[in-house]
Amino acid sequence: MAKYLLLKHYRGGPAPVVDIDPIDRWTPTEIGAHVQYMRDWAAKLEGTGEYVDGQALSPEGMFVRYDGEGRPPVTDGPFAETKDLIAGWMVIDVETYERAVELAGELSAAPGPDGKPIYEWLEVRPFLTAAPTVTE
Amino acid sequence: MNETLLRELIPAVTGVLVRRGADFATAEDAVQEALIRALATWPGNPPADPKGWLITVAWRKFLDTTRTESSRQAREALVAAEPAPGPADDTADTLPLYFLCAHPSLTPASAVALTLRAVGGLTTRQIAEAYLVPEATMAQRISRAKRTVSGVRFDEPGDLATVLRVLYLVFNEGYSGEVDLADEAIRLTRQVTSMTDDEEASGLLALMLLHHARRAARTTPDGALVPLAEQDRSRWDTGLIAEGVTILQAGLARDRLGEYQAQAAIAALHADAQAADETDWMQIVEWYDELDRLTDNPVVRLNRAVAVGEADGAQAGLAALEQVDPVVPRRTAVEAYLRERSGELALAARLYGDAARAASNLAERDHLTRQAARLHHVLRD
Repeated sequence: MAKYLLLKHYRGGPAPVVDIDPIDRWTPTEIGAHVQYMRDWAAKLEGTGEYVDGQALSPEGMFVRYDGEGRPPVTDGPFAETKDLIAGWMVIDVETYERAVELAGELSAAPGPDGKPIYEWLEVRPFLTAAPTVTE
Repeated sequence: MNETLLRELIPAVTGVLVRRGADFATAEDAVQEALIRALATWPGNPPADPKGWLITVAWRKFLDTTRTESSRQAREALVAAEPAPGPADDTADTLPLYFLCAHPSLTPASAVALTLRAVGGLTTRQIAEAYLVPEATMAQRISRAKRTVSGVRFDEPGDLATVLRVLYLVFNEGYSGEVDLADEAIRLTRQVTSMTDDEEASGLLALMLLHHARRAARTTPDGALVPLAEQDRSRWDTGLIAEGVTILQAGLARDRLGEYQAQAAIAALHADAQAADETDWMQIVEWYDELDRLTDNPVVRLNRAVAVGEADGAQAGLAALEQVDPVVPRRTAVEAYLRERSGELALAARLYGDAARAASNLAERDHLTRQAARLHHVLRD
């Protein structure tokens, strides 16, 4: 098995393939259907034994760094115009890379306005694994 | 009785229940419950006949479950069923369970999970921890695997090769938490070799023992990978090496070579060298040739190129590497190593960097990154 991170972006990634209003302009029913689709997708993966984790992130964040011995950390931001903004993730544990792509494709079909798929780009990234014992 | 000895009994107990007419999935759940009760009560109150105790308790659990789930008639039929007058030895009860848990209809990951639980007697939580997934996910994976094999006849002849492949996967992959998967794989493989007379089963056991012998030398205290050539050989476990070599030789003497025996032979040749430069690389190349004939695996050809590089020099190694498909994982890392040996340091440094970015595990990536950094320093000075 191999674990993959499916990253949802608020911004960043390839150009959207369909022109869709931001989610805060959708009707409550459309938003509800979108959220329910993702819940159902996660529940299905729990059933197949492929689900690991899923979290959503607030768009409001900031950058933090060390600023030298004895000094408080420095913060910067939030930046309203960051090019790449992560919205959340799903982690799956699947038998093959092809299966990861298949599942990401399904998740990307979550419905938007008028219940139509939003064709959202999802970023798929493999986890680094534990080192195998036998290498020679 | 310690937990490991207790777990040795698990597959035989499940086998007895199934032979009495219980379906595998329910029997396996019942045995898990009996196991949990045994762990709680035996320390203070050990039974005289541990296996008999487990069978009695598990059978009662099984009957309780069917009482709530199935019709009265079906239950009565089961209660009335006399234990089948089957063979009384453990092998007849245990081996079919190994076959079932490694059934070819299961995916490798499902077979691994089911084997660890139904044969190894590990809890779902322990297995989930070893593969870094939530317990609920692992529970689903196991119950799906049980459903997949529910139609398989328990006494159907099985394929030992699939069992060995599953045990090899347990040994080779996974994280070690509360349960040490390498130890567990060795324990189960020992049990298989005690029940079968198969050269590849003993070859796999030898392979595991010979690699396990190097465990203490394989990583630094902070977890960094130490390549074979740089390992402190005084930290290799000579007892495990001796046992592995003895088992391997007994198998090889029967002249029925298979891939695990050939791999173990290579590990034994490494174990035999007091220092890295005393390694008999010529013989190792010959074993890789055997392995190549047996498996047609590109990874074997990759490892063979490394051995050729050691036996006949870097140029010969690079020529052997030409025959390896460029998409084979770790090929770039091997080329980097051979380029460095042939004096092409700038190219080697670049290739180590490329290989690090393509590495699929963290320890290997860190190791390759350090190699690249080392060469970049040499080139700067």
